[in-house]
Amino acid sequence: MQNGEVTAESGEPTARPGERTHPHRSSHLDQLESEAIYVMREVAAQFERPVLLFSGGKDSITMVHLARKAFWPGRIPFPLLHIDTGHNFPEALEFRDALVQQVGVELIVRYVQDSIDQGRAVEETGPNASRNVLQIVTLLDAIRELRVDAAFGGGRRDEEKARAKERFFSHRDVHGQWDPRNQRPELWNLFNGRKNPGEHFRVFPLSNWTELDVWHYIAREGMALPSLYFSHERNVFRRGGVLLAQTDFVPLLPGETVERRRIRFRTVGDATCTGAVESEASTLDEVIREVAAARVTERGGRSDDQRSEAAMEDRKKQGYF
Amino acid sequence: MAADRTTHGYGMDLLRLTTAGSVDDGKSTLIGRLLYDTKSIFEDQLEAVELASKRRGEAGVNLALLTDGLRAEREQNITIDVAYRYFATPKRKFIIADTPGHIQYTRNMVTGASTAELAIVLIDARRGVLTQSKRHGFIASLLGIPHIVVTVNKMDLVDYDQATFEQIADDYREFAAKLEVEDLTFIPISALQGDNVVEQSARMPWYRGSTLLHHLESVKVGASRNVIDFRFPVQYVLRPHQDFRGFAGRVASGTIRPGEEVTVLPSMQQTRIRAVQTADGALDEAVAQDSIVLTTEDEIDISRGDMIVRRMNLPSVGTRFDAVLCWLNEAPLNRATPYVLMHTTRTTRAYIERIVYRIDVDTMHREAAESFALNDIGRVEIVTTAPIFFDPYRVNQATGSFILVDPATNVTVAAGMIRGEVKTAERGGGLSAELERSRDIVWEGWNVPREEREKAHGHSAAVVWLTGLSGSGKSTIGRTLERRLFRQGRRTMLLDGDTLRHGLNADLGFGLQDRQENIRRVGEVARLFFEQGSIVVCTFVSPLRADRARVRGLVPEGRFVEVYVACPIDVCKERDPKGLYARAERGEIPDFTGVSSPYEEPESPELVVHTEHEDPEAAVDRIVARLTDAGILPPE
Ligand SMILES: Nc1nc2c(ncn2[C@@H]2O[C@H](COP(=O)(O)OP(=O)(O)O)[C@@H](O)[C@H]2O)c(=O)[nH]1
Repeated sequence: MQNGEVTAESGEPTARPGERTHPHRSSHLDQLESEAIYVMREVAAQFERPVLLFSGGKDSITMVHLARKAFWPGRIPFPLLHIDTGHNFPEALEFRDALVQQVGVELIVRYVQDSIDQGRAVEETGPNASRNVLQIVTLLDAIRELRVDAAFGGGRRDEEKARAKERFFSHRDVHGQWDPRNQRPELWNLFNGRKNPGEHFRVFPLSNWTELDVWHYIAREGMALPSLYFSHERNVFRRGGVLLAQTDFVPLLPGETVERRRIRFRTVGDATCTGAVESEASTLDEVIREVAAARVTERGGRSDDQRSEAAMEDRKKQGYF
Repeated sequence: MAADRTTHGYGMDLLRLTTAGSVDDGKSTLIGRLLYDTKSIFEDQLEAVELASKRRGEAGVNLALLTDGLRAEREQNITIDVAYRYFATPKRKFIIADTPGHIQYTRNMVTGASTAELAIVLIDARRGVLTQSKRHGFIASLLGIPHIVVTVNKMDLVDYDQATFEQIADDYREFAAKLEVEDLTFIPISALQGDNVVEQSARMPWYRGSTLLHHLESVKVGASRNVIDFRFPVQYVLRPHQDFRGFAGRVASGTIRPGEEVTVLPSMQQTRIRAVQTADGALDEAVAQDSIVLTTEDEIDISRGDMIVRRMNLPSVGTRFDAVLCWLNEAPLNRATPYVLMHTTRTTRAYIERIVYRIDVDTMHREAAESFALNDIGRVEIVTTAPIFFDPYRVNQATGSFILVDPATNVTVAAGMIRGEVKTAERGGGLSAELERSRDIVWEGWNVPREEREKAHGHSAAVVWLTGLSGSGKSTIGRTLERRLFRQGRRTMLLDGDTLRHGLNADLGFGLQDRQENIRRVGEVARLFFEQGSIVVCTFVSPLRADRARVRGLVPEGRFVEVYVACPIDVCKERDPKGLYARAERGEIPDFTGVSSPYEEPESPELVVHTEHEDPEAAVDRIVARLTDAGILPPE
């Protein structure tokens, strides 16, 4: 597997003989895949206007892969929705557009910049300004505008304490808010998607996956990823213990110096707050070995999560992804 | 490019488990220990916990804090919820549903246990078997969890004493004998010190069994899965183009192969499986839990909520069943609410028709109940407005489980496990009079309760159901009866097959299904008039026992008076008032009861009248007398 060039073949779900455990597919990856497909079909059946929130990261890409399998030989019966902060890595956008082309799925983009221009959101100031929080406004506006009743997210319960309590079908009130104290019990695999008009659900098909599961699955399925996930040289600087890429969006502070390093990213999101790790891992196998040995969570590399201990829970309550 | 298998690669299997313990038994410490010792904890998480431990003035790292995102909640006294944890060893991936002990315990544990194959029950070695420990075992067995591991924790505080451990194991074994538990294992541990959690303890040489982790790694997974009965609830129909029609879903149980003969419920149509497909190619066989697409040889109409099964292996099909219900909501059970019932991929309305008993989860005693409140568990009878396809939960968890949703709030209010079909004959047998009377609970939700109407009318409401062959004399008796009652000043209504088939049921034919639907609607209409306080006289051939039983179930015990209008078929044919038998004999009317379609005689009707040698007035006299005896009409 090359560093994630999208080619006509590489995105195809290719089952390699001998690596699947058919016919009695009982490995944990088979079970996780089957569960995710079940959840996606359930959403397509229970809701009228679902969207798949597409961030450009490996979890989103995995979800698109799963959605394609779930509705094969048909097309994915819902669009992808990308909330664009404007602070993108160009490689991620290129990958997104190629994937959309290849899969034949509709892509809807809504821009945080538009929300700012319309006065719906106010840009943060200061050296650590991020548009991550502003995304909430744009996202909720898009959900209202498109009358979305279910939005798939790539969230996993292993990511963070607040997510550990999250449901597969997570109810959001008319203001898009999550109420962790008042969640519906979720039993067996019976998913209750009933709601009042104006409310919606976030649905997390990858709830039971861990970061390593996702990587193993990507390898097993022979999926392509943006090159950002593999070791490459890049201009970076260190801020608050996190390695950030040099971009036009993040002005350097006095004392910060740019260095050229071999790095890769563990998550791909807003370029202003996605931390890089120094790495030589340039193939999927090497990445997996590195992830398996990693002693820091993937979110540990995200400067937005470090802002406060309860950061994630707060953002989730407001309607974050 | 195969991944290095030493990094927990492709070949692992998956075990879902749940943990149960009273507050402070050491559950958080134990889970923290499992995560820590299996190196499932990242440095930044550990740093955060070290920091928090220090802030709390504790010496060393408090492992409990690792999992206790919820501790803060406990301190603030707010709702505690199920949280999910993940760890893996080279052999297995584990998903823990961590359900903290609290008042809401039953609800949380039922939720966590619903997907688990193994339950860890924690017992504090100093405190022994408490009521709560029994409750945990009871719920685990109720939910059909095949493996229960009782970990006797804090062995360090009892000097690793063997006798203490054995005493607790004996006590628990004695209790568990009353439960249905396939596999019960006891392990003495110290979560704090790590004894027998991941590492074998040197301080308990008398214990020869597995460590907890070793046990978790070696129990058989999938033991509770039904591999025999093929059930495929259709989830989604794929129709990408004219030439492809596939039925997407997840195999609930059993296996399926191309070429096998299947039946589709509820239509009962038969066909053969053409292919078992996935995006990765066709399969020779699909097994429980596989998400697949089935195509069939014949083009038949199948939609979401239908079920594909093997021709010779059908589930129960019906609108009435007996179930154990766990109430999960603050708003109590209301028998007048048409709850939304979600079962496999099928959704219908359901009434809790009868509460048989409530189980005191601490003593396991059965007690009479008029309603269920949060955390109550008990046995009920449920009536649905459309048939569902089910198996007993004990035999098949996937087709035996359901949830109830409150139609007003959309919240999931109950979890249910089906015991089986309701057999009318079982009625009244074995249950105390007191429990039987709970059927007569006033239906809340009607604006003017029936009781008030009945008081105003001076008599009770009832449904008098006349069943019998066409031409047996049902209509004549029904009309005479209603006239008589009306003359006496009673509220009455006559529902007659022909009348209803002209209007409400004009869309229905006489096939099996339409007949069922006909009677179902009649039953609902009768129930409305019943609630309005009338004596509802119904005259319908209603040839099937099950259909009549269903209507009987809609009204309280004692208010359904089934009258079998008996008459030999030859006499009916001779009378043939509408010339129907003649036409049926000529084959002009398909499915004609008594000619080309069966009539099931009532097994224990309230009354039998023989119209061959009893005139209508005499029959009506006997019916009125029966209504008076039953206290429906006041004594004359
Ligand atoms: N001595 C000893 N203390 C323990 C053990 N396990 C837990 N504890 C202590 O018991 C208390 C409650 O533990 P915790 O894990 O928070 O219990 P939970 O409420 O069940 O989650 C804490 O002070 C723990 O340190 C053990 O095996 N030995």
